[in-house]
Amino acid sequence: MTIKTPSLDRRSFLSGTATLGAGAMLAGSGLTDFARAWAQSAPFKPEANASIQLLRWKRFIQAEEDGFMALVDAFSKATGVKVNVINESLDDVQPKASVAANTNQGPDMFWGLYSLPHLFPAKCTDVSDVCNYLGKKYGGWAPTAETYGKSQGKWIALPVAYNANVINYRQSMIEKAGFKSIPKDTAGFLEMMKALKAKSVPGGFALGRASGDGNAWVHWVLWSHGGNTVDKADKVVINSPETAKALEYAKALSDTFVPGTASWNDAFNNKAFLAGEVSVTNNGVSIYAAAKAGADKDPKMKEIRDDMNHSTWPVGPVGRPTEFHIAYPMLIMKYSKAPNACKAFMTFMMEAENYNKWLESAVAYLSHPLKAYDANPVWTSDPKLGVAKTAAWDTLTAGGQGSVGERAASALADFVVLDMFASVCTGRETVQGAMAVADRQLKRIYR
Amino acid sequence: MTDAALPRSAPTRAPIREATAWDRLKTNRNWLGFWFMVPAAAFLILFLAYPLGLGIWLSFTDTRIGRPGEFIGIENYEWVLGDRKFQDAVFNTLFYTTIASIAKFAIGLYLAILLNHHLPFKAMIRAIVLIPFIVPTVLSAIAFWWIFDPTFSIISWTLKEMGWRTTNINFLGDAWNARWSVIFANVWRGVPFIAITLLAGLQTVPPSLYEAATLDGATRWQMFRHITYPLLTPIIAVVMTFSVLFTFTDFQLIKVLTNGGPAGATELMATMSYNTAILGGKIGEGAAISTAMIPFLLGAIMISWFGLQRRKWQQGED
Repeated sequence: MTIKTPSLDRRSFLSGTATLGAGAMLAGSGLTDFARAWAQSAPFKPEANASIQLLRWKRFIQAEEDGFMALVDAFSKATGVKVNVINESLDDVQPKASVAANTNQGPDMFWGLYSLPHLFPAKCTDVSDVCNYLGKKYGGWAPTAETYGKSQGKWIALPVAYNANVINYRQSMIEKAGFKSIPKDTAGFLEMMKALKAKSVPGGFALGRASGDGNAWVHWVLWSHGGNTVDKADKVVINSPETAKALEYAKALSDTFVPGTASWNDAFNNKAFLAGEVSVTNNGVSIYAAAKAGADKDPKMKEIRDDMNHSTWPVGPVGRPTEFHIAYPMLIMKYSKAPNACKAFMTFMMEAENYNKWLESAVAYLSHPLKAYDANPVWTSDPKLGVAKTAAWDTLTAGGQGSVGERAASALADFVVLDMFASVCTGRETVQGAMAVADRQLKRIYR
Repeated sequence: MTDAALPRSAPTRAPIREATAWDRLKTNRNWLGFWFMVPAAAFLILFLAYPLGLGIWLSFTDTRIGRPGEFIGIENYEWVLGDRKFQDAVFNTLFYTTIASIAKFAIGLYLAILLNHHLPFKAMIRAIVLIPFIVPTVLSAIAFWWIFDPTFSIISWTLKEMGWRTTNINFLGDAWNARWSVIFANVWRGVPFIAITLLAGLQTVPPSLYEAATLDGATRWQMFRHITYPLLTPIIAVVMTFSVLFTFTDFQLIKVLTNGGPAGATELMATMSYNTAILGGKIGEGAAISTAMIPFLLGAIMISWFGLQRRKWQQGED
């Protein structure tokens, strides 16, 4: 067993052959015993002497990665398949996958964001057998998981998990502004944000090109006001009175933000929230996890842990929830020389004996796409985490009403919606001007 | 046996054969020269000409990632030229390149002249000046990222501690602040290259010219204007050509610091090309944006060479 730890380099990679710590954990967990038994009757038999490489998004919660690497190690021990796991920051997964798809070289599997597989569906191995097996065994897939995983009736990716993007807030700060909880409607939410700026600590949402947090909140605003990029037939409908209302609402909301949100990426709001500079932001539950992890050593972290909470998004004029949670699909490249080993790994990872433990280790940062995992103890262990339980069922998908194909992936990758909101919120464009720019871009993408 | 004493007749020499074409080629200087040039030419063709040609070809196709495209003529260019984001990126790139290059040249020349004088710890100071250039761009960009952080900026913190400000400076969240901030980071990084290269040029200026000028009663400005500057012109032409090219095609600094934000205010043509081709998957369009950079780059090179190098004495004439 070799030990490799991430270096200081951003592109550090961690050898998949797990750590000694994970190995020690395994010895006591019985994971290896299950893995060996599983390997005997596995639905997918890896190729002889197979060795696979997986490129995944770099973890936000250490315990999640430890849990994942324990699972990887158990798989390797039981099947003899070597698994190398490379970690890349969230925004770097897509370019690497795109280049690999174009050159037919690189890692066997990619684990990325949203509709990544739909950027190059022809390059993805059909994993219908894996997904049908898992769906049947574990109570069925969330409808959005099928949307993200399927292309032209075939599963092109395994929807491994979701990351619930919810409102993170400080109870004491919203109380100081005269609110007991996060208002349930967008009008009330704007009033609260105004009050926070006037009487307490302001809130803030990312307006920089933040793939996760930035996209999540602007799509919520757009959809909650009835705006859409395209209709059900993928016809571009962004230039509409509903979008205009959404932009006006976002502008009013952004006027209450702390300064600098136009430059925020996915990490800025975490830092600002943990520094006590922001009262309300949108994020996964990883800020809470960081506060919990630091609570024993740092009284400030303890204060944040005890004071903060999560909430679902307020409902807008459309009268129904319009949340946008991050999906994490995993795909196998067609050029992989060990597709069966990859399929075996995917199946092994999602089996209850592994997935449940891993889900617990992720402390609600990850939400499940299979119904059977509703029963996981993580959803009842801490009331502050329950909000993330049904992320896969609550979220709308990339492209909104339209298809979640290559074009929706392209629009998301181009930050069409995010840039439209950012240009209005920063005063660079008028509402009409911003809609016209987005309309032109979308018409090109959906032509 | 008198015959035995006679020397044997010398063995008949083989007739001199006609030189073959191969022999002629082996000794032909032009032919040999061609072969000596082949490795360099192959290198240039493989790593420069081919990618450039491929890029230009892709810009006329609708290639997407993972899918070969078809020839679509100049459609990508038509689209890109009418795109507000592209127009903004062209403006940003020209503004960024012009301001940063002028600032780098001015500061670099000043530093070079300063370092050319006898200073205590001269070698150490020269080494220190090089530090920004040695640090990998991504690392210096991350350092600036913290310096310009909306919440934790050391500059904001210092100004607040000194009582000069009550709020943080919105370095990267405001369009113009962000533009000036990235220019500052680029200048900080680019000055050493110019300073050290110009310093090398300054050291080739014969001291006798300054001595003669001093005897003629020239002022320091006159010495700079009529001796230093003209003799430095060839180096300035080369160094500024490189500097303009590097600045025009800057990518890392912008990618790490702002990723083109806020709302596209610092998007450069290079970052836009990458975002379109690699993140958005539209390789044809991304290639068109890259190719659109070529005329600007050629223009910059022309100005440098024909503008700054037109002096006859530099071309070997009297």
